[in-house]
Parts: sequence; C-alpha cells; structure tokens
Amino acid sequence: MGEVIVVTSGKGGVGKTTTSANIGTGLAKLGKKVILIDTDIGLRNLDVVMGLENRIVYNLVDVVEGNCSVRQAAIRDRNQDTLYLLPSAQTRDKTSVQPAQMKRLTDELREKFDFVILDCPAGIEQGFQNAIAGADRALVITTPEVSAIRDADRITGLLEAAKITRIDLVVNRLRMEMIRRGDMMSLEDVGDILALNIIGAVPDDENIVISTNHGTPIVGAECLAGQAFMNICHRILGESVPFLNLERKKGFLAKILRR
Amino acid sequence: MRNPLHMLKKRSSGSIARDRLKLLLVSDRANCSPEIISMIKNDMVHVISKYMEVDKNKLEIQITQADSAGNGPMLYANIPIIEVKHDS
Repeated sequence: MGEVIVVTSGKGGVGKTTTSANIGTGLAKLGKKVILIDTDIGLRNLDVVMGLENRIVYNLVDVVEGNCSVRQAAIRDRNQDTLYLLPSAQTRDKTSVQPAQMKRLTDELREKFDFVILDCPAGIEQGFQNAIAGADRALVITTPEVSAIRDADRITGLLEAAKITRIDLVVNRLRMEMIRRGDMMSLEDVGDILALNIIGAVPDDENIVISTNHGTPIVGAECLAGQAFMNICHRILGESVPFLNLERKKGFLAKILRR
Repeated sequence: MRNPLHMLKKRSSGSIARDRLKLLLVSDRANCSPEIISMIKNDMVHVISKYMEVDKNKLEIQITQADSAGNGPMLYANIPIIEVKHDS
C-alpha cells in the first residue's frame, strides 16, 4: 500500500510546487509508481511546472464531484511512464472540495500507487486542511529567511495537531556565499530553530528557473539542485544519503584569483 | 583604521536573524507576547541569582510544541552558571 505525502510550507513562494514536481519525477525515475495531486484549487501551477498544461481535460474537482474517473483525469508524464498528474481546477475555489472527500480520494489512490504526493496551497485555511486530510507524512519546505521559518514552525504545529507525526524539513534556496560571510542562516541553524529532521538541502540554483522554463523537472541532472532533489527521493525511500557539499566547484584559475 | 571595539560589536545579519527567530518562535508557540517571555526570563534569573551567579546574556528559554505522544508544550531553560554561591 502506497504512502501519501503532503508538501507544505505555510508561506507562499518558497518552492512547494517545484519540490513536488521534482520529488514526484525523481521517485518515478527510481522506478516507483507516483501520482502528483495539485490541491491549489483556483491557482493551478503544478501542470505548467511539469510541462503538462496542454493535456488537461478533467481536474481534481471533476473527480471529487464524480464527473469523471481518476483514470480519465490523471495525465501521464511525457518522460516517466510511471508518473501521473491530477491537475487542479482553475475556475473553482478551495470550498469546492472537502477534507473528507480528499481523504477518500487519497485512500483510493494509495491502493494503486507507491506514492501519492499532494502539492499544498499556501496559507492555513481550507486548502491546507484539504491537502493534509489524507496524508501519512509531510515535507515542510522553507528557505533560510525569517518569514518562511516562522510560517514553517506554525505549519508544523498544525500538522502535529492533525496527528501527522512524520514531518521532515526541506531547506530550499541556500546560498553558500552568503552563509559563508554570515549573512544567511545555515542549514544547521534552520534545523536547530525548527527542531525537525532535515531531509533535504537545496541550493539556490539558476538551473531550477531554466528547468521550470522548459517544463522539465531538474531532478537527477548533473547540477547541484538536480542532485539535491534526487537525494531527497532516496531519503524518502529510507536510504541514508550524506548531504551534498553545496560549495560550487571552483576552477583552477578562480582558486588562485580568490585570494 | 577601524576601531577594534566596533569590529567586536558588529554581528552578522544571519546570527541576528537566528536570535530573533528563537525568541519569536517561543512566543508564537506559547501564544503569548515576547514581553511576557522576557518577564519570565527576568523572574527566573532573579530567583536563581539568590543561590548562584548565572550568565544572564546566555540564558535561553524555549517552549516546545505539543507532541504526538500527548505531551503538552514544554518549557525548557538553559541557564549557564558562572559560580555557585557557597555561603547560602
């Protein structure tokens, strides 16, 4: 029976959708059967990050309301045969779906998939309640900034109140040069403040913007962000993987000139 | 030439953020204002100072969230002792 994972953060713009897309794709690359669900009703985005925006026929609200089956609404990924996306509705709002309906849907899907990954909307209102309703575990995404960390702590409290006890932290957009000069909190600082298990450390990498432009998740690519996302997938599968050295490799000349 | 005392005083913005957050999350979790937290801190220092000399600047208090095992929020205090007063 599959596992249901919610990707959440409280604050918007910290990388929930990018992380969902990359983890879903990465787990599929590792041979798992995965369905991604965009639960951000009214602000659909996971489809465009996955490059599947032109294939949408039905959506999450259609499935919940019984207008179509999951099989009809789920879109198969362009590159990964075992990866599907259940897109969100663009013209409806969060109240179109109830937590009990989401729980029923995820319980049905876990019978057919190894992983059900829910991309949660920002905020702590009904969209959040819908997204977490059927989840077994949560990935909390944050960046090393005060506002994102505060919201991550608040979200953690709400997850625990909802009896979701397996909570792991992904720290996104780490900038090593800023950390080195003391102008950004380090991975250790963020983990220490939030007292959560760190499952991923993702550098601020311009390749992420480029991959989003193309609509092809970067996971598994040669760059640091691609490796960082793949490492998260291995850790989700329970493997122990050391954290990457996020320092960018300097060429011989740059090494000399730095001094 | 920069004044060495000035250099000592200057703190990195990362460590300022860390300290601000630590305080903020304590009050967020306890659902009470930072002023009340600092009053708790001062009162604790006041009581303990009767018996031992403590490092007020390094005192840290933390309130953890309710956990899944049914434990409510917990108050932790780390109070570095400089010297125990032997006359008391």
